[in-house]
Amino acid sequence: MSEKLFQIIKKACESCGNDRARLMDIVIAVQKNCGAVTIDAMELIAKQVKVQRVDVESVVSFYSFLSKEEKGKIVIRICNDVVDLMKGADNIAKAFSETLGIKVGQTSADGTISLEYTPCIGLSDQAPAILVNEVAITNLSVDKAKSISKALLSGASPESLTKEFGDGNNSDELVRSMVKNNIVKKGSVIFVERVAEAGLKKAITLKPEDVISIIKSSKLRGRGGAGFPTGMKWEFTRAAKGNKKYVVCNADEGEPGTFKDRVLLTEKFDMLCEGMAIGGYCIGSDSGIIYLRGEYSYLKAFLENKLSKRKKASLLGKSICGKNGFNFDIRIQIGAGAYICGEETALISSCEGLRGDPKTRPPFPAQKGYLASPTTVNNVETFCSVARIIEKDAAWYSVIGTKGSTGTKILSVSGDCSKPGIYEYDFGVKVSDMLKDAGAKDTKAVLIGGPSGQLIGKKDFGRIICYDDLATGGSIVIFNSSRNILEIVKSYLEFFVEESCGYCTPCRTGNVLLLNKIEEILEGKGEPSDIKYLEDLCSTVKVTSRCGLGQTSPNPVTSSIRNFREVYEAVLKTNEDGRQPTFDIKASLEVAEALQGRKSVIY
Amino acid sequence: MDKTITFKIDGVDVKGCPGQTIMEAADKAGVYIPRLCYMKDLTPHGSCRVCTVKVDGRAQAACTQPIAEGVEVENNTDELNEKRRNIIDMFFVEGNHFCMFCEKSGNCELQAVAYRLGICAPKYPFQFPDRSLDATHPDIFIDRNRCILCGRCVNASRDVDGKSVFEFVGRGANKKIAVNSDTLAGTNMSVTDKAANVCPVGAIIKKRVGFAVPIGKRLYDTQPIGSDIEVTKS
Ligand SMILES: Cc1cc2nc3c(=O)[nH]c(=O)nc-3n(C[C@H](O)[C@H](O)[C@H](O)COP(=O)(O)O)c2cc1C
Ligand code: SF4
Ligand code: SF4
Ligand code: FES
Repeated sequence: MSEKLFQIIKKACESCGNDRARLMDIVIAVQKNCGAVTIDAMELIAKQVKVQRVDVESVVSFYSFLSKEEKGKIVIRICNDVVDLMKGADNIAKAFSETLGIKVGQTSADGTISLEYTPCIGLSDQAPAILVNEVAITNLSVDKAKSISKALLSGASPESLTKEFGDGNNSDELVRSMVKNNIVKKGSVIFVERVAEAGLKKAITLKPEDVISIIKSSKLRGRGGAGFPTGMKWEFTRAAKGNKKYVVCNADEGEPGTFKDRVLLTEKFDMLCEGMAIGGYCIGSDSGIIYLRGEYSYLKAFLENKLSKRKKASLLGKSICGKNGFNFDIRIQIGAGAYICGEETALISSCEGLRGDPKTRPPFPAQKGYLASPTTVNNVETFCSVARIIEKDAAWYSVIGTKGSTGTKILSVSGDCSKPGIYEYDFGVKVSDMLKDAGAKDTKAVLIGGPSGQLIGKKDFGRIICYDDLATGGSIVIFNSSRNILEIVKSYLEFFVEESCGYCTPCRTGNVLLLNKIEEILEGKGEPSDIKYLEDLCSTVKVTSRCGLGQTSPNPVTSSIRNFREVYEAVLKTNEDGRQPTFDIKASLEVAEALQGRKSVIY
Repeated sequence: MDKTITFKIDGVDVKGCPGQTIMEAADKAGVYIPRLCYMKDLTPHGSCRVCTVKVDGRAQAACTQPIAEGVEVENNTDELNEKRRNIIDMFFVEGNHFCMFCEKSGNCELQAVAYRLGICAPKYPFQFPDRSLDATHPDIFIDRNRCILCGRCVNASRDVDGKSVFEFVGRGANKKIAVNSDTLAGTNMSVTDKAANVCPVGAIIKKRVGFAVPIGKRLYDTQPIGSDIEVTKS
């Protein structure tokens, strides 16, 4: 065991106080420094933080950015989300593969470069996109892929690949990224000019209970997808017993096709921190955690700098804004490539240095969350909305949107349209109006709320975006008439199979079986009874799965059967000759023919 | 606490005390809820989902859901039993279960629940995964082909034996049971550990005792799984 490895591990563990709850930070640091968390490294880490080696292995093996086997010094992650595939990600992969001389999933013989696929990296509006280590490269073409490969082969650093910077803070010296914000439509709640910290300054003149009542009367509901009333969540967390409480911001943004939290982090980070501090004030917490998805690591230094500036300005830390006894600090917890960590209890597990398995509920996080303390988990946009609500007031806010869905909703729009990007709409916008704004033509289908939402067709374009009609965490993917619905369904099922945590049976295996069947149908081996087979299987997975992932993962199948039944019926073979329609006697005879060394005389 | 909670399972009144799960209260009352990962006295894992019941219409795992006053629980319904059969089917196809020559046959909870729910052959396509065996330990072997990821060995080793010999690694369909060393022989596992005595299937097997009980006299040869619960009506 090398002394160097030991020193790296010792330093990583000590900088985290040898705290097993900080295992994520430790293993991420080791992966970054050594290109792997080897069994030897696990052994050393385990000793240092006083757990078993298998506990460390359990964590490392869960996250796709961590690995036991050594990866290249440079890891190229090609996003193979549906939108990226539509924009040619396959050809990009081929170009990289050919120029680098390795297949996707391999590391070059000299150990310098690894090539991998990765699900949605939050750049669907500038697809095809890749990550080279932490550097995001957008709007790729085959030619660019080739020249990037060549540059990397001749020793260029990932950072040097960024030739020009994106708008806004993307060009900040701590970000230096080519990523663009693409804010197409600004609304009245989030993307507005406002007096900085006005919400926080007002909140501290009120009693925490009164701040919660304002949020309750604003009827704000969570923007992460589930739509739980925020005021109520904070009231529960405030009422829960516990000396220590936590405010957690969910910046995991893993739902394919969502990227609005990335833009909020880039441009509205102070508003987010303001909202979190108000949250801390409301529930009686002095500690906040922002769970930042690993794909957004390129923002970390910038965000940390912002946090320290806030501290200096007395907007974080002790006696915030001069209010005695109001202390609140925020740390950033970085993730490592796992969609499930967006689920709030899995997110908490990950923050605790565990596998990203969801936790058994009850108890709910409001009672027992991070380190068994009462915790509120809220989406980035939810916190930003809170800051604005307190700044104005509930009456101002609650007339925006619809009766049951107040305020604005930020949509991440991508796919077949001329103006992909960020749209802040009042709740209640009609799908057809949104499509018009986005410059979508010849639209066949729209995915509302990402793959865990629903795929709708033309007959539903008159419906509106809100919790009571078409609910969404913000992902809108547009498909024109050239797209194959079944291929889209297949890709999203592959995503869920890849991202299921594997804890519970129906999700772990049910999604694999759904994918098997859709693949069979695509191969022309489908039969009419498959629709019922799929529906039954979907129902089992949805009803019996342990968390929201499995409870929604069959949605691409159920909503496409509901809204695009004709595409299934067109390929399902009916029984004509009395034989099971999908039985291929010739194929079945192949093995026997090979053994016999002759062709069947009958078939 | 002596406060009693009354609720209904399939229309029949059941009593329990605060803090109990539906599973615990049902067991006490002699009502069998099919289950696989749950084992009395171990922390409920809530992973197999075979115990899914409906509580006032909402699906919940009976082994983790606390009882509540006045709720109506559906258990033995056609809809739920169909879903349970589907889950059991998934177990059979996601692993490699060759009951005819498995030494756990007749004493296996997976097989027994399948029979009780009326499964003869799975309807889903076999996945035939490539899974490893570990026969390094002098007294115990692990056959991952048969593991149903129930977590009993993990919890028993950690909470009862105080050893943490087992943990899960990987995720999704690649999730599997691992040990705290390169092989089981390298761990401090002992055949007398609780963890060696909890596996519901033939994944953790004691050596030299296989097929000791003849067919016809095995645990589930004479009565279906759950019968012990149904006779203890209190
Ligand atoms: C599989 C899965 C992934 C999720 N991903 C996210 C996410 O990336 N961001 C998010 O805010 N909420 C996500 N959620 C919802 C969270 O569990 C939780 O409801 C939300 O963070 C609560 O915040 P809110 O009330 O402000 O919406 C996810 C849920 C599931 C089941
Ligand atoms: S539904 Fe089950 S397997 Fe799927 S992510 Fe949730 S807990 Fe994990
Ligand atoms: S080895 Fe047995 S006890 Fe352990 S998880 Fe697998 S099936 Fe359960
Ligand atoms: S027995 Fe309840 S989930 Fe397995």
